[in-house]
Amino acid sequence: MTTTPTTLGTDRPVDNGVNVTALLGARDALSDAPAAAEFTWKATCTWQHGTHSRSTVDGFTGLGTEHRHTSTYTFDVDHPECFASADNGATPVEFVLVGLAGCLTAGVASVAQHRGIQLRSVTATVEGEMNVLGILGADPDVRNGFNRITARFAIDADASRADLEALLAQSQKRSAVFDVVTNPTDVLVELA
Amino acid sequence: MSHRLAERSVDHVVLERGEVADSWRTKRWPGLRLLTPNWMLGVPGQPAGHTDPDGFMTAPDVAAFVRHYACRTAAPVRAQTAVQSVRRGRRGYEVRTTDGTWHANAVVLATGASSVPVVPACSAALAPSVAQLTAQDYRGPDSVADGGVLVVGASATGVQLAGELRRAGRPVTLAVGEHVRLPRSYRGRDVFWWLDATGVLAERYDEVDDLSRARRLPSPQLVGSSAPIDLAALAAEGVRLVGRLVAVDGGTARFSGSLRNVCALADLKMARFLDRADAWARHAGLDGDLPPPTRPERTPISERPCLALDLHGDGVRTVIWATGFRPDHSWLDLPVFDRSGRLRHDGGVVTDAPGVYALGLPMLRTRASTYIHGAAADTAALADRLLAHLGR
Repeated sequence: MTTTPTTLGTDRPVDNGVNVTALLGARDALSDAPAAAEFTWKATCTWQHGTHSRSTVDGFTGLGTEHRHTSTYTFDVDHPECFASADNGATPVEFVLVGLAGCLTAGVASVAQHRGIQLRSVTATVEGEMNVLGILGADPDVRNGFNRITARFAIDADASRADLEALLAQSQKRSAVFDVVTNPTDVLVELA
Repeated sequence: MSHRLAERSVDHVVLERGEVADSWRTKRWPGLRLLTPNWMLGVPGQPAGHTDPDGFMTAPDVAAFVRHYACRTAAPVRAQTAVQSVRRGRRGYEVRTTDGTWHANAVVLATGASSVPVVPACSAALAPSVAQLTAQDYRGPDSVADGGVLVVGASATGVQLAGELRRAGRPVTLAVGEHVRLPRSYRGRDVFWWLDATGVLAERYDEVDDLSRARRLPSPQLVGSSAPIDLAALAAEGVRLVGRLVAVDGGTARFSGSLRNVCALADLKMARFLDRADAWARHAGLDGDLPPPTRPERTPISERPCLALDLHGDGVRTVIWATGFRPDHSWLDLPVFDRSGRLRHDGGVVTDAPGVYALGLPMLRTRASTYIHGAAADTAALADRLLAHLGR
């Protein structure tokens, strides 16, 4: 496996800032220690006022122990004024798009690093189509969630279009959020 | 292997639970044809026949071929002798069978890769009114209840069954997960000619990048005939393509939203192989002798792929599981399995069981190990290892 790829025609090493060697090492190590591979991700959400809530993310468990992020991340969640709300933050469904875009983009950078493709810029525009008659309870035949999500990636890199298509395809194949939005997940919501 | 052992004067028996070529006679549908053309079917001591080099054997043809080979090599076959367990004995291994117990210094596992159909857990959620079949139960379109059919799995088996049922006039939905797309022929040559010429089939298990992935690779979307069988051809014949089956609830089958991506992955991977084939042809100086390169169309995906199907409302009366097979090594009472139950072996030399060897598993020693012709090289290498184990 190539661990320090170089761009074709130069000796400058490809550097997208992804430590592929560490990731491949983790893959091998965790294959032999399956319990350590079990992670739990966590967010805590506190109602503020109206449809406004504030979520914090500060830690998770995995590798058999608790972890703390280097700082506590805070996210304001609300609905826009046209929904008669105060628009104190992005809507929950926009956070889903943020999650998908972030996950696919991380995948693009990692796979590019592994394949020796130097990225100069990556911009993803992610759109989710939704008929709000579903969430308004106005039409039982309309689902609440997205009818379709479209992610369009503009990538500037030393690679052919076919290589970039393969990059995007592999990034979807290994994406957690792509899996979450394309496949069913068992969800348990209960009173504490 | 029996032929290899006889060549090396190793005393042995071949235990067969039924008659010779039992699986090919009783566990395959009669319309099944080998994916490999006849010119590839050379086995040790018996070169490929020359009657129809570009043809493809049916399952009954293969059974006859194996019977013929068993006779010709005078293999010491004990038919109607099912192995019940293999465990360590006082010396070597104790092999219990329905016809007595054997003590062996070495054991060769040659029961193959496709003994038990793999059926996903969500099959339990299907209503009893929907019939369920596996590829081992399928005996042709007439063996399937009238009405619509959902074929789950789009590898070699799934695409063949979907095509066969569609041509018999059935409404067919095909659930498509990750798959391997290959054209039956390219630039006037069969795809196996290219796989052989470019060295793909000779790629060794200890040279590939990701061995566990290579061993789990689904069988390519091919059928033993010149007719195209890829997803584009099936869609043109009226087969409805949907994503991987991910859940069944309340009579509704749910499909993954990843259909576009699994098709993109397969299209791109096929294009990389054809690029490699073209580069090889240029390098070999054959460019002028072959028709010019072409590229198959990308797999067309409908604007709004179906994500949920009301099986009753849609008239689906049968679900066929073409979701792969696994080997049955349940009779091996030896510490030779990994945590997912797969046999641990190094190129067919079974780990932690000296003198036990495996044959006929995907990527056992090379990519050719999956195919009948791959046995020639695998048995030669493993017979030598076996001989060394016996101290000869």
